[in-house]
Amino acid sequence: MSIFENLPVSLTQETVLNTPKATLSRDQILQASGLLIASIILLITLVLPLYTILSKSVEDQQGGFIGLANYIDYFSTPALSMSISHTLTIAFITTFIVIGLALLTAYALTRTCMPGRGFFKVFLMAPIFAPSLLPAISLVYLFGNQGVLKGLMFGETIYGPIGIVIGLAFWCFPHALMILVTALSNTDARLYESAKVLRTSGFRTFMTITLPSIKYGLISASFVVFTLVITDFGVPKVIGGQYNMLATDIYKQVIGQQNFSMGAVVSVVLLLPALFAFAIDRWVQRKQVALLSARAAPLIPKKNPVKDWTMLALCLPVPIIILTVLGMAVYASLVSFWPYNLSLSFANYQFDLMDGGGWEAYYNSLEMACWTALIGTLFIFYNAYLVEKIKGLKTLRMLYHLAAMIPLAVPGMVLGLAYVFFFNAPNNPLNFVYGTMAILVICTVAHYYTVCHLTAVTALKQIDNEFEAVSASLKIPFYVTFWRVIMPVSLPALLEIGSYLFMNAMTTVSAVVFIYSADTMLASVAVLNMDDAGDIAPAAAMGVLIMGTCILAKLIHWVFSHYLLARTQRWRAGT
Amino acid sequence: MSDSYLKIIELDKFFGDFAALKNISLDINEGEFVCFLGPSGCGKTTLLRAIAGLDIQSNGRIIQDGKDVSWLSPDSRDFGIVFQSYALFPNLSVADNIAYGLRNRKVKRVDQKERVKELLDIIGLPDSGSKFPGQLSGGQQQRVALARAIATSPGLLLLDEPLSALDARVRHHLRHEIKELQRKLGVTTVMVTHDQEEALSMADRIVVMNHGVIEQVGTPEEIYSYPKTPFVAQFVGTMNFVPCSVVDKGTINVGGNSVCCPQAASMIDQTGVSLAIRPEDIRIRNTEQADNRLLAQVTSMEFLGSFVRSKLSVEGMNDLIIADFSMNDIRDFNISHGDQLALDLPEERLHLFAGEVL
Repeated sequence: MSIFENLPVSLTQETVLNTPKATLSRDQILQASGLLIASIILLITLVLPLYTILSKSVEDQQGGFIGLANYIDYFSTPALSMSISHTLTIAFITTFIVIGLALLTAYALTRTCMPGRGFFKVFLMAPIFAPSLLPAISLVYLFGNQGVLKGLMFGETIYGPIGIVIGLAFWCFPHALMILVTALSNTDARLYESAKVLRTSGFRTFMTITLPSIKYGLISASFVVFTLVITDFGVPKVIGGQYNMLATDIYKQVIGQQNFSMGAVVSVVLLLPALFAFAIDRWVQRKQVALLSARAAPLIPKKNPVKDWTMLALCLPVPIIILTVLGMAVYASLVSFWPYNLSLSFANYQFDLMDGGGWEAYYNSLEMACWTALIGTLFIFYNAYLVEKIKGLKTLRMLYHLAAMIPLAVPGMVLGLAYVFFFNAPNNPLNFVYGTMAILVICTVAHYYTVCHLTAVTALKQIDNEFEAVSASLKIPFYVTFWRVIMPVSLPALLEIGSYLFMNAMTTVSAVVFIYSADTMLASVAVLNMDDAGDIAPAAAMGVLIMGTCILAKLIHWVFSHYLLARTQRWRAGT
Repeated sequence: MSDSYLKIIELDKFFGDFAALKNISLDINEGEFVCFLGPSGCGKTTLLRAIAGLDIQSNGRIIQDGKDVSWLSPDSRDFGIVFQSYALFPNLSVADNIAYGLRNRKVKRVDQKERVKELLDIIGLPDSGSKFPGQLSGGQQQRVALARAIATSPGLLLLDEPLSALDARVRHHLRHEIKELQRKLGVTTVMVTHDQEEALSMADRIVVMNHGVIEQVGTPEEIYSYPKTPFVAQFVGTMNFVPCSVVDKGTINVGGNSVCCPQAASMIDQTGVSLAIRPEDIRIRNTEQADNRLLAQVTSMEFLGSFVRSKLSVEGMNDLIIADFSMNDIRDFNISHGDQLALDLPEERLHLFAGEVL
């Protein structure tokens, strides 16, 4: 025989695959080049910019390499390094509060017959439609120097840690609630019936069945909130006062002092806890697989008046607070001149009469959000399809999947700054996109890539893996099947991704605040700038406008999925 | 070229260090219905997917209709395929599913319609063209998948466990239908299955596989009546194995009993030999003359409808052996638990295998 005899099997196999015997078909070439192009795009829009952050953090202002000097500088300046403990303190407190409240309400929603659950479900999710700036502005109106409820502060000031915690808890709550509702819904009623038959007490049932089954959901929700808190910029910017946080430090270093190197250092510092939280979350997600067997019977809560009404009493404050905060923002936006002229008018909505971008900013935001939703959805879904369904190119597909996970761990501020460094470099041939609408769209798609990618992959996993094989046997190119079958079948997921991208594009501040230009001012940035300039009422008005737009988008999405899908997807009826 | 339509030559397939197929060679004739039979993980599906080009082999060649297709991608080969999961496009109507492959072949729209109608008639669902797959039963969906696969008149039909997802009654019915359709169309067909009954009833030839190698190729009768290896003997049907020793070229010794066995001639030099016999080949005649007669006691009886499966303790043997007695035998010989029986082992139904088989 040959020399191959002494080689391990895997090596001989590789040798065989590398021989030019296997001919590539047109389909395979198209798929491979598609994935290659997508990988290059991901490299340019994500990996390379993040790399420039790292390299900038070890350079001086003139671009010379100075090693860790910036870091030494950073850690020896208490005013700067203080932010680390500030950020972590706020993150721990907020996470604790949010998880506690979210667990209580999620339990009430899924495991009891609490009256008014429909009402709860709608209003508890409301904060997700607003940019994080809005609750902060609202808190200023409620508890600020001229706030209506200032007395409740007992002499403490809202401008600082208290305000930050309340504002962030408010804004993060829906994210935690969603995860915990899902975790609590995935349970097997038979377990509870067994416990009952064995005469287990309610408390012991909770400790031995409920808690273990939502363990991973709890951990996951905690890390999501933790990450949101340390990376959010809107709340501490508006209400943080002199209390420095990492995210606001980046902004101050870059916008305030034009110290790009120090901005890069803070970015790297901010990236570390986010990466840590991300890694833990991924690890937990992996352990969570198949906790529930296909035969599990869903748990349907039984009426229990005492429990149900107790839960209502306990939970009621949550939607009341949410409605108060959002209602205050709406009210404040309509008041002519707070607190002196309380008559209602649309004066604050005359954005063209104020600095901050005017109505143009709002239209820009709409345009940006539409492009993001359209291009983002198609790009993300198509590439998720390639990653999930094509054969071969295993390493590239795995790398792509990994790269698609990165954005979840990267704070918006860091990504935005990375884009400045990367695309604004004069020697970058892509320099021309800087300052255009295009870079805002690209940045926003990159920023929110992970969740969309995972949604797409989940939807694609539910589609029969043999569709491609069947098409190939019928000599139908894969893209025809993608268009005629895969896309229509995945329409709900596509709509989900589209609306997610749209809403985030409308509300995001952190990433785009560094890369908008005079021509591409955005509504969310306008909120920030008007608040900065003291035009707090118009800022609230713009925030309310964004929220209204997002609610409208969600309604359209809802109508689409309920009525349009019901008609065009008649085939789903039978399945 | 000989008359073989599909020629598989020395095929290997590795997944990492694991060899899923080891040096597989096989010829399949034109118009033949061949079943790959084996337990899960034996490589039968891997072999089918290699033939389709879905998972290309690591070594070896595949010749289809005189053309070397070894390294071609699936869309450059000529086959239709049906999967266990049906893989029907859920958002397309039954008619659109069947016409899916016709659209790309410059078939006129009128002719497409005609062809779809014809196929719907063939599969016995003439009025279901406008329905969606989700509105059909499992058996009906699998028929549609079959129609879609044969719509373009491929030279080779590949069936990957097509009946495994269906319930027993539908499975029996569809088994017959597929076989009839295949005979009518005369299309060369390869079916993968782990169900021996399916393979025995449908195939012209069965390829029994285990651990990535072919154990035996033959007609259903050959496979059942003359298994070449203990694995085949056990996997297809039930088989008793009893350790024995060869006395001379016509006799063996089983637990102290001398048994006539012409097959002993080929085992003369073997030290450890196993005697094998199927439960239904063990007879009770209670006649005077019988050469291979053993005495046994009935230790348990399991009623299985048309026959009774009983466990017997044979004199001089440690292990129980299984015998199937028809209900007629049970009545005629009045067999019941604990009875002493005289068993006849017909010498032409005995098999010998080298080595001890557990």
